[in-house]
Amino acid sequence: MTDLTSLKLAALRDGLAKKEFTAAEATDAYLERAEASGLLNAYVRLTADKARECAKASDERISKGEAGPLEGVPLGIKDLFCTEGTPTNASSKILEGFTPTYESTVSGNLKRDGAVFLGKLNLDEFAMGSSNETSAHGPVINPWRREGEDTKLSPGGSSGGSAAAVSARLCAAATATDTGGSIRQPAALTGTVGIKPTYGRCSRFGIVAFASSLDQAGPIARDVRDASIMLTSMASYDPKDSTSIDRPVPDYEKALEGGVKGLKIGIPKEYRLDGMPSEIDALWQKGAELLKEQGAEIVEVSLPLTKYALPVYYIVAPAEASSNLARYDGIRYGQRVHDDDINELYAKTRGEGFGAEVKRRLMIGTYVLSAGYYDAYYLRAQRVRKKIAMELAEAFEKVDLLLTPSSPSSAFGLGEKSSDPIEMYLNDVFTVTANLAGVPGVSVPAGVDSQGLPLGLQLVAPAFGEEVMLRGAAALEEAIGFDAQPTEWWRG
Amino acid sequence: MSLDEATVRKVAKLARIAMSDEEITPLIGELNGIIDWIEQLQEVDIEGVEAMTSSVDVALPMRADTLTHDETGGGKPDQIVANAPKTEDHFFIVPKVVE
Repeated sequence: MTDLTSLKLAALRDGLAKKEFTAAEATDAYLERAEASGLLNAYVRLTADKARECAKASDERISKGEAGPLEGVPLGIKDLFCTEGTPTNASSKILEGFTPTYESTVSGNLKRDGAVFLGKLNLDEFAMGSSNETSAHGPVINPWRREGEDTKLSPGGSSGGSAAAVSARLCAAATATDTGGSIRQPAALTGTVGIKPTYGRCSRFGIVAFASSLDQAGPIARDVRDASIMLTSMASYDPKDSTSIDRPVPDYEKALEGGVKGLKIGIPKEYRLDGMPSEIDALWQKGAELLKEQGAEIVEVSLPLTKYALPVYYIVAPAEASSNLARYDGIRYGQRVHDDDINELYAKTRGEGFGAEVKRRLMIGTYVLSAGYYDAYYLRAQRVRKKIAMELAEAFEKVDLLLTPSSPSSAFGLGEKSSDPIEMYLNDVFTVTANLAGVPGVSVPAGVDSQGLPLGLQLVAPAFGEEVMLRGAAALEEAIGFDAQPTEWWRG
Repeated sequence: MSLDEATVRKVAKLARIAMSDEEITPLIGELNGIIDWIEQLQEVDIEGVEAMTSSVDVALPMRADTLTHDETGGGKPDQIVANAPKTEDHFFIVPKVVE
Protein backbone atom coordinates (compact mmCIF):
# COMPACT_ATOMS: atom_id res chain seq x y z
CA MET A 1 0.00 0.00 0.00
CA THR A 2 1.16 3.56 -0.66
CA ASP A 3 2.38 5.57 2.30
CA LEU A 4 -0.83 7.35 3.25
CA THR A 5 1.11 10.30 4.67
CA SER A 6 2.42 11.06 1.18
CA LEU A 7 -1.11 11.90 0.04
CA LYS A 8 -2.12 15.52 0.24
CA LEU A 9 -5.22 16.34 2.27
CA ALA A 10 -7.52 16.51 -0.79
CA ALA A 11 -6.38 13.09 -2.07
CA LEU A 12 -6.57 11.58 1.41
CA ARG A 13 -10.10 12.93 1.86
CA ASP A 14 -11.19 11.55 -1.51
CA GLY A 15 -9.58 8.15 -0.87
CA LEU A 16 -11.26 7.90 2.53
CA ALA A 17 -14.64 8.76 1.03
CA LYS A 18 -14.15 6.06 -1.64
CA LYS A 19 -13.11 3.57 1.06
CA GLU A 20 -9.76 2.91 -0.64
CA PHE A 21 -8.29 2.87 2.87
CA THR A 22 -9.60 3.59 6.36
CA ALA A 23 -9.28 6.52 8.71
CA ALA A 24 -7.72 4.11 11.20
CA GLU A 25 -4.96 3.28 8.69
CA ALA A 26 -4.35 6.94 7.86
CA THR A 27 -4.23 7.85 11.55
CA ASP A 28 -1.81 5.02 12.37
CA ALA A 29 0.46 6.06 9.50
CA TYR A 30 0.61 9.65 10.78
CA LEU A 31 1.03 8.61 14.41
CA GLU A 32 3.96 6.39 13.46
CA ARG A 33 5.73 9.33 11.82
CA ALA A 34 4.77 11.77 14.56
CA GLU A 35 6.04 9.38 17.26
CA ALA A 36 9.39 9.17 15.45
CA SER A 37 9.71 12.96 15.12
CA GLY A 38 11.02 13.85 18.58
CA LEU A 39 14.09 15.58 17.15
CA LEU A 40 11.86 18.16 15.47
CA ASN A 41 10.00 18.95 18.74
CA ALA A 42 6.94 19.89 16.68
CA TYR A 43 4.39 18.09 18.87
CA VAL A 44 4.21 18.97 22.54
CA ARG A 45 1.52 16.34 23.11
CA LEU A 46 0.36 13.41 21.01
CA THR A 47 -3.12 12.15 21.79
CA ALA A 48 -2.76 8.76 20.11
CA ASP A 49 -5.55 6.95 21.97
CA LYS A 50 -8.08 9.70 21.35
CA ALA A 51 -6.99 9.92 17.71
CA ARG A 52 -7.49 6.17 17.19
CA GLU A 53 -10.95 6.35 18.81
CA CYS A 54 -11.92 9.27 16.58
CA ALA A 55 -10.62 7.47 13.50
CA LYS A 56 -12.70 4.42 14.37
CA ALA A 57 -15.79 6.62 14.75
CA SER A 58 -14.97 8.24 11.40
CA ASP A 59 -14.76 4.85 9.70
CA GLU A 60 -18.18 3.99 11.12
CA ARG A 61 -19.66 7.24 9.82
CA ILE A 62 -18.08 6.66 6.40
CA SER A 63 -19.56 3.16 6.21
CA LYS A 64 -22.99 4.52 7.19
CA GLY A 65 -22.78 7.23 4.54
CA GLU A 66 -22.70 9.98 7.19
CA ALA A 67 -19.21 11.33 6.47
CA GLY A 68 -18.39 15.01 7.04
CA PRO A 69 -16.24 17.06 4.63
CA LEU A 70 -13.02 16.21 6.56
CA GLU A 71 -14.07 12.75 7.74
CA GLY A 72 -11.09 10.80 9.04
CA VAL A 73 -8.46 13.39 8.06
CA PRO A 74 -5.65 13.50 10.69
CA LEU A 75 -4.73 17.05 11.74
CA GLY A 76 -2.32 18.76 14.12
CA ILE A 77 -3.66 21.53 16.39
CA LYS A 78 -1.56 24.49 17.49
CA ASP A 79 -1.45 24.44 21.29
CA LEU A 80 -3.09 27.85 21.41
CA PHE A 81 -6.52 26.35 20.57
CA CYS A 82 -8.40 25.10 23.63
CA THR A 83 -9.30 21.46 23.18
CA GLU A 84 -11.82 20.01 25.61
CA GLY A 85 -10.21 17.43 27.88
CA THR A 86 -6.76 17.78 26.27
CA PRO A 87 -4.21 20.04 28.02
CA THR A 88 -3.57 23.38 26.33
CA ASN A 89 -0.57 25.37 27.54
CA ALA A 90 0.24 27.97 24.84
CA SER A 91 3.88 26.85 25.37
CA SER A 92 3.89 28.76 28.65
CA LYS A 93 4.91 27.52 32.07
CA ILE A 94 2.11 29.59 33.60
CA LEU A 95 -0.53 27.39 31.90
CA GLU A 96 1.09 24.11 32.93
CA GLY A 97 -1.62 21.67 33.96
CA PHE A 98 -4.43 23.63 32.30
CA THR A 99 -7.02 21.35 30.70
CA PRO A 100 -9.83 23.27 28.99
CA THR A 101 -13.39 22.28 29.83
CA TYR A 102 -14.55 23.62 26.47
CA GLU A 103 -13.55 23.48 22.81
CA SER A 104 -12.43 26.44 20.68
CA THR A 105 -14.91 27.18 17.92
CA VAL A 106 -12.33 26.60 15.17
CA SER A 107 -11.23 23.18 16.45
CA GLY A 108 -14.90 22.37 17.17
CA ASN A 109 -15.76 23.16 13.53
CA LEU A 110 -13.02 20.78 12.36
CA LYS A 111 -14.32 18.04 14.69
CA ARG A 112 -17.87 18.63 13.46
CA ASP A 113 -16.57 18.02 9.92
CA GLY A 114 -15.02 14.70 10.96
CA ALA A 115 -11.33 15.58 11.42
CA VAL A 116 -9.12 13.44 13.68
CA PHE A 117 -6.76 15.34 16.03
CA LEU A 118 -3.34 13.72 16.39
CA GLY A 119 -2.07 16.07 19.07
CA LYS A 120 -1.03 19.59 20.01
CA LEU A 121 1.71 21.52 18.26
CA ASN A 122 4.51 23.62 19.69
CA LEU A 123 4.58 27.42 19.33
CA ASP A 124 6.29 30.50 20.72
CA GLU A 125 5.07 31.24 24.25
CA PHE A 126 1.59 32.81 23.89
CA ALA A 127 2.41 33.10 20.15
CA MET A 128 4.93 35.85 20.93
CA GLY A 129 7.91 35.21 18.69
CA SER A 130 9.07 34.65 15.13
CA SER A 131 11.37 31.65 15.63
CA ASN A 132 9.62 29.32 18.08
CA GLU A 133 12.56 29.89 20.43
CA THR A 134 10.43 31.47 23.17
CA SER A 135 8.50 28.22 23.78
CA ALA A 136 8.69 26.76 27.29
CA HIS A 137 9.00 23.38 25.53
CA GLY A 138 12.13 24.47 23.66
CA PRO A 139 12.36 25.41 19.98
CA VAL A 140 10.91 23.47 17.07
CA ILE A 141 13.57 22.41 14.57
CA ASN A 142 12.90 23.08 10.90
CA PRO A 143 12.88 19.83 8.87
CA TRP A 144 14.72 21.79 6.16
CA ARG A 145 18.50 22.04 6.36
CA ARG A 146 21.04 24.01 4.37
CA GLU A 147 22.60 21.83 1.70
CA GLY A 148 25.56 19.93 3.12
CA GLU A 149 25.07 21.30 6.64
CA ASP A 150 23.46 20.01 9.81
CA THR A 151 22.95 23.41 11.49
CA LYS A 152 19.67 23.45 13.37
CA LEU A 153 17.37 25.96 11.69
CA SER A 154 14.26 27.67 13.03
CA PRO A 155 10.94 26.93 11.30
CA GLY A 156 9.88 30.51 12.06
CA GLY A 157 7.10 31.37 14.45
CA SER A 158 4.93 31.60 16.19
CA SER A 159 3.22 28.67 14.40
CA GLY A 160 6.58 26.87 14.08
CA GLY A 161 5.22 23.52 15.25
CA SER A 162 2.34 23.69 12.76
CA ALA A 163 4.64 24.58 9.85
CA ALA A 164 7.29 21.98 10.70
CA ALA A 165 4.66 19.26 11.21
CA VAL A 166 3.02 19.95 7.85
CA SER A 167 6.38 20.18 6.10
CA ALA A 168 7.62 16.87 7.60
CA ARG A 169 4.25 15.17 6.95
CA LEU A 170 3.47 14.65 10.63
CA CYS A 171 -0.17 15.59 9.92
CA ALA A 172 -2.28 16.18 6.81
CA ALA A 173 -2.63 19.88 7.74
CA ALA A 174 -2.56 22.00 10.87
CA THR A 175 -4.34 24.88 12.54
CA ALA A 176 -2.31 28.02 13.21
CA THR A 177 -2.81 31.64 14.26
CA ASP A 178 -1.41 34.89 12.91
CA THR A 179 -1.10 38.14 14.88
CA GLY A 180 1.73 39.77 12.90
CA GLY A 181 2.82 37.03 10.49
CA SER A 182 2.75 33.88 12.62
CA ILE A 183 1.11 31.77 9.91
CA ARG A 184 2.70 33.20 6.77
CA GLN A 185 6.33 33.56 7.91
CA PRO A 186 6.69 29.94 9.18
CA ALA A 187 4.85 28.70 6.07
CA ALA A 188 7.42 30.55 3.94
CA LEU A 189 10.34 29.14 5.94
CA THR A 190 9.13 25.54 5.60
CA GLY A 191 7.87 25.40 2.00
CA THR A 192 4.20 25.19 3.02
CA VAL A 193 1.07 27.25 2.34
CA GLY A 194 -0.36 29.45 5.10
CA ILE A 195 -3.53 31.55 5.03
CA LYS A 196 -4.28 34.43 7.38
CA PRO A 197 -7.96 35.15 6.71
CA THR A 198 -9.81 38.45 7.05
CA TYR A 199 -10.16 39.54 10.68
CA GLY A 200 -13.45 38.10 11.91
CA ARG A 201 -13.61 35.25 9.38
CA CYS A 202 -12.62 32.61 11.96
CA SER A 203 -13.91 32.83 15.51
CA ARG A 204 -11.40 33.68 18.24
CA PHE A 205 -13.51 31.90 20.88
CA GLY A 206 -11.35 29.44 22.79
CA ILE A 207 -8.07 30.59 21.27
CA VAL A 208 -5.66 31.77 23.98
CA ALA A 209 -5.66 35.55 23.40
CA PHE A 210 -2.51 37.51 22.50
CA ALA A 211 -3.57 40.76 20.78
CA SER A 212 -7.30 40.60 20.20
CA SER A 213 -7.61 43.20 17.43
CA LEU A 214 -4.94 41.37 15.38
CA ASP A 215 -5.27 37.64 16.21
CA GLN A 216 -6.76 35.49 13.49
CA ALA A 217 -6.81 31.72 13.03
CA GLY A 218 -5.95 30.07 9.73
CA PRO A 219 -4.52 26.87 8.25
CA ILE A 220 -1.04 25.71 7.29
CA ALA A 221 -1.15 22.98 4.62
CA ARG A 222 0.87 21.41 1.82
CA ASP A 223 -0.75 23.29 -1.03
CA VAL A 224 -3.32 25.97 -1.80
CA ARG A 225 -6.13 23.46 -2.32
CA ASP A 226 -5.52 21.76 1.03
CA ALA A 227 -5.34 25.12 2.81
CA SER A 228 -8.61 26.19 1.15
CA ILE A 229 -10.36 22.99 2.27
CA MET A 230 -9.16 23.63 5.82
CA LEU A 231 -10.31 27.26 5.78
CA THR A 232 -13.78 26.28 4.58
CA SER A 233 -14.20 24.17 7.72
CA MET A 234 -12.43 26.53 10.15
CA ALA A 235 -14.33 29.70 9.17
CA SER A 236 -17.74 30.46 10.65
CA TYR A 237 -19.88 33.13 12.21
CA ASP A 238 -19.84 32.66 15.97
CA PRO A 239 -22.03 34.59 18.42
CA LYS A 240 -19.45 33.76 21.11
CA ASP A 241 -16.94 36.13 19.43
CA SER A 242 -18.41 39.61 19.10
CA THR A 243 -15.89 40.46 16.36
CA SER A 244 -16.84 37.43 14.28
CA ILE A 245 -18.50 38.45 11.01
CA ASP A 246 -21.99 37.22 10.13
CA ARG A 247 -21.45 36.38 6.50
CA PRO A 248 -21.83 33.06 4.64
CA VAL A 249 -18.68 30.95 4.32
CA PRO A 250 -17.99 30.10 0.68
CA ASP A 251 -16.54 26.75 -0.41
CA TYR A 252 -13.01 28.06 -0.93
CA GLU A 253 -11.92 24.95 -2.82
CA LYS A 254 -14.43 25.86 -5.53
CA ALA A 255 -12.88 29.32 -5.83
CA LEU A 256 -9.53 28.01 -7.06
CA GLU A 257 -10.36 27.62 -10.74
CA GLY A 258 -10.29 30.46 -13.23
CA GLY A 259 -6.76 31.78 -13.08
CA VAL A 260 -5.62 35.39 -12.91
CA LYS A 261 -6.58 36.60 -16.38
CA GLY A 262 -7.73 40.18 -16.14
CA LEU A 263 -6.71 40.62 -12.50
CA LYS A 264 -4.67 43.68 -11.56
CA ILE A 265 -1.83 42.75 -9.24
CA GLY A 266 0.05 45.46 -7.39
CA ILE A 267 3.76 45.42 -6.57
CA PRO A 268 4.33 47.76 -3.62
CA LYS A 269 7.65 49.42 -4.30
CA GLU A 270 8.34 50.17 -0.62
CA TYR A 271 8.61 46.42 0.04
CA ARG A 272 11.96 46.43 -1.76
CA LEU A 273 14.14 46.70 1.34
CA ASP A 274 17.77 47.73 1.59
CA GLY A 275 19.92 44.72 2.33
CA MET A 276 17.27 42.20 1.31
CA PRO A 277 18.86 39.10 -0.27
CA SER A 278 18.88 39.48 -4.07
CA GLU A 279 17.44 35.97 -4.38
CA ILE A 280 14.23 37.13 -2.71
CA ASP A 281 13.98 40.10 -5.04
CA ALA A 282 14.58 37.81 -8.03
CA LEU A 283 11.88 35.34 -6.92
CA TRP A 284 9.49 38.21 -6.40
CA GLN A 285 10.08 39.48 -9.95
CA LYS A 286 9.76 35.97 -11.30
CA GLY A 287 6.43 35.57 -9.49
CA ALA A 288 5.17 38.80 -11.05
CA GLU A 289 6.28 37.67 -14.52
CA LEU A 290 4.59 34.28 -14.13
CA LEU A 291 1.32 35.98 -13.18
CA LYS A 292 1.70 38.36 -16.12
CA GLU A 293 2.22 35.45 -18.53
CA GLN A 294 -1.12 34.10 -17.35
CA GLY A 295 -2.90 37.30 -18.19
CA ALA A 296 -2.66 39.37 -15.01
CA GLU A 297 -1.80 43.03 -15.26
CA ILE A 298 1.15 43.96 -13.07
CA VAL A 299 0.94 47.47 -11.61
CA GLU A 300 3.46 49.21 -9.38
CA VAL A 301 1.81 50.73 -6.32
CA SER A 302 3.18 52.93 -3.57
CA LEU A 303 2.57 52.35 0.14
CA PRO A 304 4.84 54.96 1.74
CA LEU A 305 3.66 54.24 5.29
CA THR A 306 4.90 50.63 5.12
CA LYS A 307 7.92 51.30 7.31
CA TYR A 308 5.72 52.43 10.18
CA ALA A 309 3.68 49.22 10.30
CA LEU A 310 6.09 47.32 12.55
CA PRO A 311 6.57 50.12 15.10
CA VAL A 312 2.75 50.49 15.25
CA TYR A 313 2.47 46.76 15.78
CA TYR A 314 5.01 46.81 18.60
CA ILE A 315 2.86 49.30 20.47
CA VAL A 316 -0.61 47.92 19.74
CA ALA A 317 0.19 44.21 20.17
CA PRO A 318 2.05 44.51 23.51
CA ALA A 319 -0.60 46.93 24.80
CA GLU A 320 -3.37 44.46 24.05
CA ALA A 321 -1.25 41.60 25.38
CA SER A 322 -0.60 43.38 28.67
CA SER A 323 -4.35 43.66 29.12
CA ASN A 324 -5.18 40.12 27.92
CA LEU A 325 -2.49 38.43 29.98
CA ALA A 326 -3.60 40.18 33.17
CA ARG A 327 -5.84 37.12 33.62
CA TYR A 328 -2.84 34.95 34.55
CA ASP A 329 -2.81 35.76 38.23
CA GLY A 330 -2.60 32.31 39.78
CA ILE A 331 -6.18 32.39 41.07
CA ARG A 332 -8.51 30.82 38.53
CA TYR A 333 -6.23 28.59 36.47
CA GLY A 334 -2.63 27.73 35.75
CA GLN A 335 0.34 27.84 38.08
CA ARG A 336 0.40 29.67 41.40
CA VAL A 337 3.40 30.72 43.48
CA HIS A 338 2.05 31.15 46.98
CA ASP A 339 2.54 34.21 49.15
CA ASP A 340 0.48 35.38 52.10
CA ASP A 341 0.19 38.79 50.46
CA ILE A 342 -2.11 38.71 47.43
CA ASN A 343 -0.14 41.29 45.45
CA GLU A 344 3.07 39.36 46.04
CA LEU A 345 1.26 36.18 45.00
CA TYR A 346 0.31 37.78 41.67
CA ALA A 347 3.79 39.17 41.03
CA LYS A 348 5.64 35.97 41.98
CA THR A 349 3.24 33.80 39.97
CA ARG A 350 3.75 35.96 36.88
CA GLY A 351 7.48 36.40 37.47
CA GLU A 352 8.01 32.64 37.53
CA GLY A 353 5.38 31.68 34.98
CA PHE A 354 6.22 33.98 32.07
CA GLY A 355 9.31 33.67 29.87
CA ALA A 356 11.65 36.51 28.93
CA GLU A 357 10.01 37.58 25.65
CA VAL A 358 6.52 37.59 27.16
CA LYS A 359 7.79 39.70 30.08
CA ARG A 360 9.48 42.11 27.67
CA ARG A 361 6.25 42.61 25.73
CA LEU A 362 4.11 42.95 28.85
CA MET A 363 6.54 45.60 30.09
CA ILE A 364 6.33 47.52 26.78
CA GLY A 365 2.55 47.22 26.79
CA THR A 366 2.23 48.36 30.38
CA TYR A 367 4.56 51.29 29.70
CA VAL A 368 2.77 52.57 26.56
CA LEU A 369 -0.58 52.38 28.33
CA SER A 370 0.61 54.02 31.55
CA ALA A 371 -0.44 57.48 32.69
CA GLY A 372 1.29 60.23 30.71
CA TYR A 373 2.31 58.00 27.79
CA TYR A 374 -1.03 56.70 26.57
CA ASP A 375 -1.59 59.57 24.09
CA ALA A 376 2.01 59.77 22.90
CA TYR A 377 2.32 56.05 22.20
CA TYR A 378 -0.87 54.03 22.14
CA LEU A 379 -3.28 56.62 20.78
CA ARG A 380 -0.75 57.83 18.22
CA ALA A 381 -0.09 54.24 17.10
CA GLN A 382 -3.81 53.60 16.63
CA ARG A 383 -4.03 56.77 14.50
CA VAL A 384 -1.04 55.78 12.36
CA ARG A 385 -2.64 52.34 12.08
CA LYS A 386 -5.78 53.96 10.67
CA LYS A 387 -3.66 55.83 8.12
CA ILE A 388 -1.93 52.59 7.09
CA ALA A 389 -5.31 50.89 6.66
CA MET A 390 -6.59 53.83 4.59
CA GLU A 391 -3.48 53.79 2.41
CA LEU A 392 -3.97 50.08 1.77
CA ALA A 393 -7.69 50.57 0.99
CA GLU A 394 -6.71 53.22 -1.55
CA ALA A 395 -4.28 50.82 -3.20
CA PHE A 396 -7.07 48.24 -3.45
CA GLU A 397 -9.14 50.73 -5.42
CA LYS A 398 -6.55 50.33 -8.18
CA VAL A 399 -5.55 46.67 -7.86
CA ASP A 400 -7.23 43.37 -6.94
CA LEU A 401 -4.28 41.84 -5.10
CA LEU A 402 -0.80 42.72 -3.87
CA LEU A 403 2.21 40.47 -4.48
CA THR A 404 5.08 40.71 -1.98
CA PRO A 405 7.75 38.46 -0.49
CA SER A 406 6.55 36.61 2.65
CA SER A 407 9.68 37.02 4.75
CA PRO A 408 12.93 38.98 4.50
CA SER A 409 15.10 35.85 4.70
CA SER A 410 14.98 32.07 4.42
CA ALA A 411 15.16 29.91 7.56
CA PHE A 412 17.83 31.09 10.01
CA GLY A 413 19.81 29.22 12.62
CA LEU A 414 18.66 28.91 16.21
CA GLY A 415 20.12 31.76 18.24
CA GLU A 416 21.08 33.77 15.14
CA LYS A 417 18.47 36.45 15.71
CA SER A 418 17.39 35.94 19.29
CA SER A 419 19.97 38.23 20.89
CA ASP A 420 18.43 41.38 19.38
CA PRO A 421 14.64 41.75 19.87
CA ILE A 422 14.28 44.29 17.05
CA GLU A 423 16.12 42.13 14.52
CA MET A 424 13.73 39.31 15.39
CA TYR A 425 10.73 41.64 15.06
CA LEU A 426 11.81 42.57 11.50
CA ASN A 427 10.83 39.05 10.37
CA ASP A 428 7.26 40.30 10.15
CA VAL A 429 8.03 43.35 7.99
CA PHE A 430 6.04 42.04 4.98
CA THR A 431 3.19 40.40 6.85
CA VAL A 432 2.23 42.77 9.65
CA THR A 433 0.36 45.34 7.52
CA ALA A 434 -2.36 42.79 6.73
CA ASN A 435 -2.96 42.27 10.47
CA LEU A 436 -3.11 45.99 11.21
CA ALA A 437 -5.64 46.51 8.41
CA GLY A 438 -7.57 43.28 9.07
CA VAL A 439 -7.18 42.02 5.48
CA PRO A 440 -6.30 38.47 4.32
CA GLY A 441 -2.90 37.24 3.14
CA VAL A 442 -1.54 33.92 1.91
CA SER A 443 2.02 32.65 1.62
CA VAL A 444 2.86 30.26 -1.23
CA PRO A 445 6.21 28.45 -1.67
CA ALA A 446 8.08 30.22 -4.47
CA GLY A 447 11.35 28.34 -4.79
CA VAL A 448 14.56 27.61 -2.92
CA ASP A 449 17.57 29.83 -2.32
CA SER A 450 21.20 28.99 -3.10
CA GLN A 451 21.40 26.95 0.12
CA GLY A 452 18.38 24.88 -0.84
CA LEU A 453 16.02 26.54 1.64
CA PRO A 454 12.43 27.45 0.73
CA LEU A 455 11.23 31.02 0.19
CA GLY A 456 7.66 32.24 -0.03
CA LEU A 457 5.64 34.86 -1.87
CA GLN A 458 2.61 36.52 -0.34
CA LEU A 459 -0.65 37.61 -1.93
CA VAL A 460 -2.73 40.15 0.00
CA ALA A 461 -6.39 40.94 -0.76
CA PRO A 462 -8.97 43.44 0.50
CA ALA A 463 -11.24 42.33 3.38
CA PHE A 464 -13.20 39.19 2.46
CA GLY A 465 -11.26 38.88 -0.79
CA GLU A 466 -10.19 35.32 0.10
CA GLU A 467 -11.71 33.77 -3.01
CA VAL A 468 -9.85 35.99 -5.48
CA MET A 469 -6.71 35.74 -3.32
CA LEU A 470 -6.79 31.93 -3.31
CA ARG A 471 -7.50 31.85 -7.04
CA GLY A 472 -4.36 33.96 -7.51
CA ALA A 473 -2.43 31.73 -5.10
CA ALA A 474 -3.49 28.59 -7.00
CA ALA A 475 -2.37 30.15 -10.29
CA LEU A 476 0.95 31.23 -8.80
CA GLU A 477 1.51 27.79 -7.26
CA GLU A 478 0.80 26.03 -10.54
CA ALA A 479 3.10 28.34 -12.51
CA ILE A 480 5.95 27.95 -10.02
CA GLY A 481 5.61 24.17 -9.71
CA PHE A 482 7.43 24.02 -6.36
CA ASP A 483 8.16 20.37 -5.56
CA ALA A 484 11.20 20.44 -3.27
CA GLN A 485 10.99 18.32 -0.11
CA PRO A 486 13.11 18.32 3.02
CA THR A 487 15.16 15.20 3.71
CA GLU A 488 14.16 12.91 6.55
CA TRP A 489 17.34 13.25 8.65
CA TRP A 490 15.19 13.45 11.76
CA ARG A 491 14.00 9.85 11.41
CA GLY A 492 17.39 8.82 12.75
CA MET B 1 12.61 59.59 26.10
CA SER B 2 14.65 57.09 28.02
CA LEU B 3 13.67 54.64 30.71
CA ASP B 4 15.88 54.59 33.77
CA GLU B 5 16.09 51.77 36.26
CA ALA B 6 13.49 53.30 38.57
CA THR B 7 10.97 53.56 35.72
CA VAL B 8 11.59 49.96 34.66
CA ARG B 9 11.01 48.81 38.24
CA LYS B 10 7.84 50.88 38.43
CA VAL B 11 6.52 49.38 35.17
CA ALA B 12 7.32 45.87 36.45
CA LYS B 13 5.29 46.68 39.55
CA LEU B 14 2.37 47.98 37.46
CA ALA B 15 2.55 44.81 35.34
CA ARG B 16 2.60 42.69 38.52
CA ILE B 17 5.74 40.83 37.48
CA ALA B 18 8.33 40.05 40.16
CA MET B 19 11.79 40.43 38.63
CA SER B 20 15.26 39.88 40.01
CA ASP B 21 18.05 42.42 39.57
CA GLU B 22 19.59 40.05 37.01
CA GLU B 23 16.42 40.38 34.95
CA ILE B 24 15.96 44.14 35.38
CA THR B 25 19.45 45.15 34.23
CA PRO B 26 19.36 43.78 30.65
CA LEU B 27 15.72 44.88 30.31
CA ILE B 28 16.69 48.54 30.74
CA GLY B 29 18.77 48.44 27.56
CA GLU B 30 16.31 46.28 25.62
CA LEU B 31 13.28 48.38 26.48
CA ASN B 32 15.10 51.59 25.61
CA GLY B 33 16.12 50.08 22.27
CA ILE B 34 12.52 49.17 21.49
CA ILE B 35 11.10 52.51 22.67
CA ASP B 36 13.71 54.43 20.61
CA TRP B 37 12.72 52.40 17.55
CA ILE B 38 9.02 53.07 18.17
CA GLU B 39 9.77 56.81 18.45
CA GLN B 40 9.85 57.09 14.64
CA LEU B 41 6.05 57.20 14.74
CA GLN B 42 6.36 60.77 16.03
CA GLU B 43 7.28 61.88 12.48
CA VAL B 44 3.95 60.74 10.95
CA ASP B 45 1.38 63.47 10.40
CA ILE B 46 -1.80 62.23 12.06
CA GLU B 47 -3.70 65.50 12.02
CA GLY B 48 -7.41 64.82 11.54
CA VAL B 49 -7.02 61.01 11.59
CA GLU B 50 -9.15 59.08 14.04
CA ALA B 51 -7.74 56.22 16.06
CA MET B 52 -8.46 52.80 14.60
CA THR B 53 -10.66 51.02 17.10
CA SER B 54 -11.89 48.11 15.01
CA SER B 55 -10.10 45.93 12.48
CA VAL B 56 -13.15 45.55 10.28
CA ASP B 57 -15.84 48.04 9.50
CA VAL B 58 -18.74 46.62 11.50
CA ALA B 59 -20.81 47.67 14.48
CA LEU B 60 -20.78 45.40 17.49
CA PRO B 61 -23.78 43.07 17.39
CA MET B 62 -26.63 43.35 19.87
CA ARG B 63 -28.51 40.43 21.35
CA ALA B 64 -31.66 40.07 23.39
CA ASP B 65 -31.03 40.67 27.09
CA THR B 66 -32.04 37.18 28.11
CA LEU B 67 -30.21 34.28 29.72
CA THR B 68 -29.06 31.89 27.02
CA HIS B 69 -27.65 28.89 28.84
CA ASP B 70 -25.20 27.84 26.17
CA GLU B 71 -23.73 31.27 25.60
CA THR B 72 -23.37 32.37 29.19
CA GLY B 73 -22.33 29.02 30.57
CA GLY B 74 -24.51 29.16 33.64
CA GLY B 75 -24.81 26.14 35.90
CA LYS B 76 -21.28 24.85 35.42
CA PRO B 77 -19.50 25.47 38.72
CA ASP B 78 -17.44 22.27 38.46
CA GLN B 79 -16.05 23.37 35.12
CA ILE B 80 -15.42 26.93 36.28
CA VAL B 81 -13.16 25.85 39.14
CA ALA B 82 -11.74 22.74 37.45
CA ASN B 83 -8.38 24.36 36.69
CA ALA B 84 -7.96 26.54 39.76
CA PRO B 85 -4.83 25.93 41.87
CA LYS B 86 -6.84 26.01 45.12
CA THR B 87 -10.59 25.66 45.62
CA GLU B 88 -13.14 24.65 48.22
CA ASP B 89 -16.85 24.01 47.57
CA HIS B 90 -16.75 25.83 44.22
CA PHE B 91 -14.91 28.82 45.71
CA PHE B 92 -11.48 30.05 44.66
CA ILE B 93 -9.19 30.14 47.68
CA VAL B 94 -7.00 33.24 47.96
CA PRO B 95 -4.87 34.72 50.75
CA LYS B 96 -6.65 37.03 53.18
CA VAL B 97 -7.15 40.40 51.45
CA VAL B 98 -9.10 42.32 54.13
CA GLU B 99 -7.56 42.97 57.53
